This record gives sequence, structure tokens and C-alpha cells, in this order.
Amino acid sequence: MEIPYTVELRRDTGLNNGKIGIWLFLASEVMLFGALFASYILIRTGSPSWPRGDTMLNVPMATFNTIVLITSSVTMVMAWASLMRGQFGRFRMYMGTTVLLGFVFLIVKYFEYSAHFAEGAFPRTNNFLAIYFTLTGLHMLHVIGGMAVNAYFWGPGAKLWKENPTWFANRVEHAGLFWHFVDLVWIFLFPTLYLL
Amino acid sequence: MTSEHAVHAMPGDHAADIDRHVKIYISVFVSLMVLTIVTVTVSRFHLPVPIAVTVALIVAIIKGSLVACYFMHLLSERKLIYAVMALTVTFFVVLLSLPIITHMNGLWIHE
Repeated sequence: MEIPYTVELRRDTGLNNGKIGIWLFLASEVMLFGALFASYILIRTGSPSWPRGDTMLNVPMATFNTIVLITSSVTMVMAWASLMRGQFGRFRMYMGTTVLLGFVFLIVKYFEYSAHFAEGAFPRTNNFLAIYFTLTGLHMLHVIGGMAVNAYFWGPGAKLWKENPTWFANRVEHAGLFWHFVDLVWIFLFPTLYLL
Repeated sequence: MTSEHAVHAMPGDHAADIDRHVKIYISVFVSLMVLTIVTVTVSRFHLPVPIAVTVALIVAIIKGSLVACYFMHLLSERKLIYAVMALTVTFFVVLLSLPIITHMNGLWIHE
């Protein structure tokens, strides 16, 4: 059975189904991270003392990761723009770069986590580290999920470009919306956890 | 997979629009980088916590808005998406105000 409204727009909403679907999903993601941010505020304001993030965490590494994620957001949107221009080769280059930057983010995070564990800093150690590992860990899972989808569209999923380029461009746009959301979450996580 | 597909992926008259968008993406990228440097630099001044939180949140909101408006194309979306976002923002604000209200109650009890 053919999936309806993948390319053509619904007359009632003016949108294709994928676009509505991804925005509803992102709405649920906002609430998921919102609940954790609310918990963070509650734990921090209720605590008699709270460490500054930069006394316990590696700010230069996190700053580097912020630059990496922002750059990956640009390459992601450029991948979509390349498809809209019909430049499949450029799409491959930008999408491949996006996936690689995701890997760079994870590698830096690996070194950060390793250093914490080597110092005996675990989620159970204190409330600050518990909220730090929970928020950054959940964010990291989102990075991995986004990378898997992006890698699929870079590789086997790109076959759709031959059969239905508009549908493929729409799917890449929707994957991009998720990736930008992951970047957006980090934009708030970085100052909240590392700098304040 | 050649550029022949271009005509299917994008009507020719949209090409100029996409070129304009690409220039905006580059400008937004530069702005995000500058704002990241601002965030890190301000944090080195070790301002009092309320001021530091306010500055960091203002910069983060500006950065987040740039990503949402330009990279996620929220500036030119359909009404339904705005409705979904408005509902989400409403519940998000309620969610974040819960710990603040709880904290204020705590203060009243201590008084």
C-alpha cells in the first residue's frame, strides 16, 4: 500500500505527513528535556551548595563540541539545500561531513567521560554529576540516533533519490529538523551545565 | 545519480531562493560562533549567579532562536506547525515554572 502525502501536500494542513510527524515528535522531545531541566532547577535551587560547572567539567572540550555541533547543523542544512539544487554529489559530501562531525562529538564526549570515571566521578557521586550524566547521556543517545538516520540517507537510503527525488529531499529535511533539535538542546545544555 | 534529477527535486525558479537561503545559513553560522565565544568569555568574569544565569540564558535563547528560525525554517512554516509549537511552549513554560513555584513556597515556609 502506498504511503499517502509523502510528497503532495494535504489540502487541510498544507503540509506533508512527514513534516507534521517530525514536529509532533520534536514537541514530545521538548517535554522530555523540559522535564529534566525542571528537575535540574529543582535539585539545584533546593541544594545548600552547588559547584560551578567549570570547576568539575572540561570547558575547552565542551566549547569545541559546541563548535562541532553548530558546524554539523550547517552542513546538514547545506545537504538539504544541495538536494534542492539537484546536486547529489554535494549532498553526499555535506551529509557525510555531518555524520563525521557527529563522530567527532562522540569521541570528545568519550574522552570527557573517561576522564571523569578515572577521577572516580560517577553519576552516583553527587547530584551535580547525576544530572550532568543524565542530561548529556540522553543527549548523546539523540546524537547517535540522528547519526544513524543521517548515515542511512547518506548510504542505502539514497536510492530513493533515483526513484522519487522530492520524497528523498523531504525525508532529508525531516532528518535535518531532528538534527537541528539535537544542536538546539546542546546550545542550552552547554552553558547550563558547564558554565554556571 | 546525476544532476538530471535537479529538475524533479526543485523547480528552476526556486534556485535563486535556495541561493539566498544558503547565504543566510552562512550568516547564521557566523553569528552562532560569535555568540558561543560571547558565552564562554562572559563566564570567565565569574559574575554573580543571578546575572550569570540571565546572561547565559539570553545568549542561549538568541542562539536557539537562530537555529529554529533559519535552520529549521520556522520563520516560513504553516499555521499548524505554529499551533503545535505554541502548545509545546505553553506546556514547557508551565513545566519550568513548577520548580520555581516550589522554590518560592519553600521560601514562604521559612518566613
